[in-house]
Amino acid sequence: MSPDELLYSKEHEWLRTGDGVIGITHHAQDELGEVVYVELPKVGDKFDSGDTFGTVESVKAVSELFMPVSGEVVAINEGLTDAPESVNQDPYGKGWMIRIKVRDTAETGQLMSAKAYDAYVAEKE
Amino acid sequence: MSDNKRTALYETHKRLKARLIPFGGWDMPVEYSGIAREHAAVRTAAGLFDVSHMGEFELRGPQALELIQSVTTNDASRLVDGQAQYSALTYPEGTVVDDLLVYRHSADHYMLVVNASNIDKDFEWIRSHNRFNAEIENISDRITLLSVQGPKSLEVLRSIIKLPLADIPYYHFRRGKVLEADAILSRTGYTGEDGFEIYFSTEFSESIWNAILDAGNSAGLLPAGLGARNTLRLEAKLLLYGNDMDQTTTMLEAGLGWIVKLDKGEFIGRDALAKEKQSGPKRKLVGFEMLGREIARDHYPACIDGIEVGHVTSGSPSITLKKNIGLAYLPVQHTGAGTKFQVSMRGRFCDAQVVPTPFYKRKGN
Repeated sequence: MSPDELLYSKEHEWLRTGDGVIGITHHAQDELGEVVYVELPKVGDKFDSGDTFGTVESVKAVSELFMPVSGEVVAINEGLTDAPESVNQDPYGKGWMIRIKVRDTAETGQLMSAKAYDAYVAEKE
Repeated sequence: MSDNKRTALYETHKRLKARLIPFGGWDMPVEYSGIAREHAAVRTAAGLFDVSHMGEFELRGPQALELIQSVTTNDASRLVDGQAQYSALTYPEGTVVDDLLVYRHSADHYMLVVNASNIDKDFEWIRSHNRFNAEIENISDRITLLSVQGPKSLEVLRSIIKLPLADIPYYHFRRGKVLEADAILSRTGYTGEDGFEIYFSTEFSESIWNAILDAGNSAGLLPAGLGARNTLRLEAKLLLYGNDMDQTTTMLEAGLGWIVKLDKGEFIGRDALAKEKQSGPKRKLVGFEMLGREIARDHYPACIDGIEVGHVTSGSPSITLKKNIGLAYLPVQHTGAGTKFQVSMRGRFCDAQVVPTPFYKRKGN
């Protein structure tokens, strides 16, 4: 069950609308397996919804990270440099990726609720 | 449901909550408890792999050896009964049809073990060159192949198999009973560790799989998937057909000259390989380490001064060495240990350095 307070993209990113924090879902980290490296953008970088903002490397594969909404990066999770495994252990907490200033809150309307996202994942399996 | 083939242990893997992926036309377990954990278990204790997707051919007849000699690069005439040999099938150009193991049961009875994705191609290739009236049978669908790898594999198997396993030298095998099954116990593997590969009839799959899991439990044996098999074999610089060599690469480019025996007599590809040996290959497969945190993956371009000169064929984090390693084809003048080059990924050039291989070698070997 995904946390209710977050919104979700079809690419398995989550967004916390209150403060603009973005990460990947439990389902995404489970599919990836052991995360060994996370490449994040710089503070100040601006992206449109759907843009690639970084990559996650697991032992077996590399995956791109996609912006759930448009915005400017205001913080990145420096802790992932030394502890990329946080993405596996705590994807909704310590494993967060970036914090953005959301450009247009109307864009969050494209995202899914926790319930809709869980159904989306269940359907894919 | 996919059209992929399944091994006899498919349901067993599902029950063990393995993640199954398509590989070479098969649905195979890629991991059970995590690639890094399974990898470490094989390096320090043991791992149990279902590699029944591999293909097995039986060759029989007074001229079976001549057929094998004519299509493979290594010298199978040097084998004695109960011995196995790493070899390859090559095209006339000296490029690779497949790599394989040749097992000699007796002077007129051999078994070839080939890669899953090449079973049909190899069978047709060998059949089409069978001027020797040898009987060739593809027994792949009837055989389960379990691989027990790791420093504790002998200890684990000794508790359920009443054969003097310790007396089987590396690259030798014996026939004997495993539970009720007639099996081939081969001291071979694809991980860089000591270990055994066990061939037997599919009907015994689950009972033998479970017996090994139970016997290995206290020793730290884990079921291991193709993910760990790949990271293990890469550390030991064991090549993967389709990645590190194929119909576009010659045996010498791939660094497989050590299994090309030009003096054994005529074989397909011999002339081309003899010529290439004289002139030297123009490119070579090398091992490299990434100097930064980035991980090189298959097909990434390898560059020198911003110009693409080759490509990565295998790349992954090395679980044992805590470095990011890989194999790449580079022009021969850039293949010396210490040579710096760049791997291009996502629009960036990331520094890499040629290093001696294997990346990992087990102690006492």
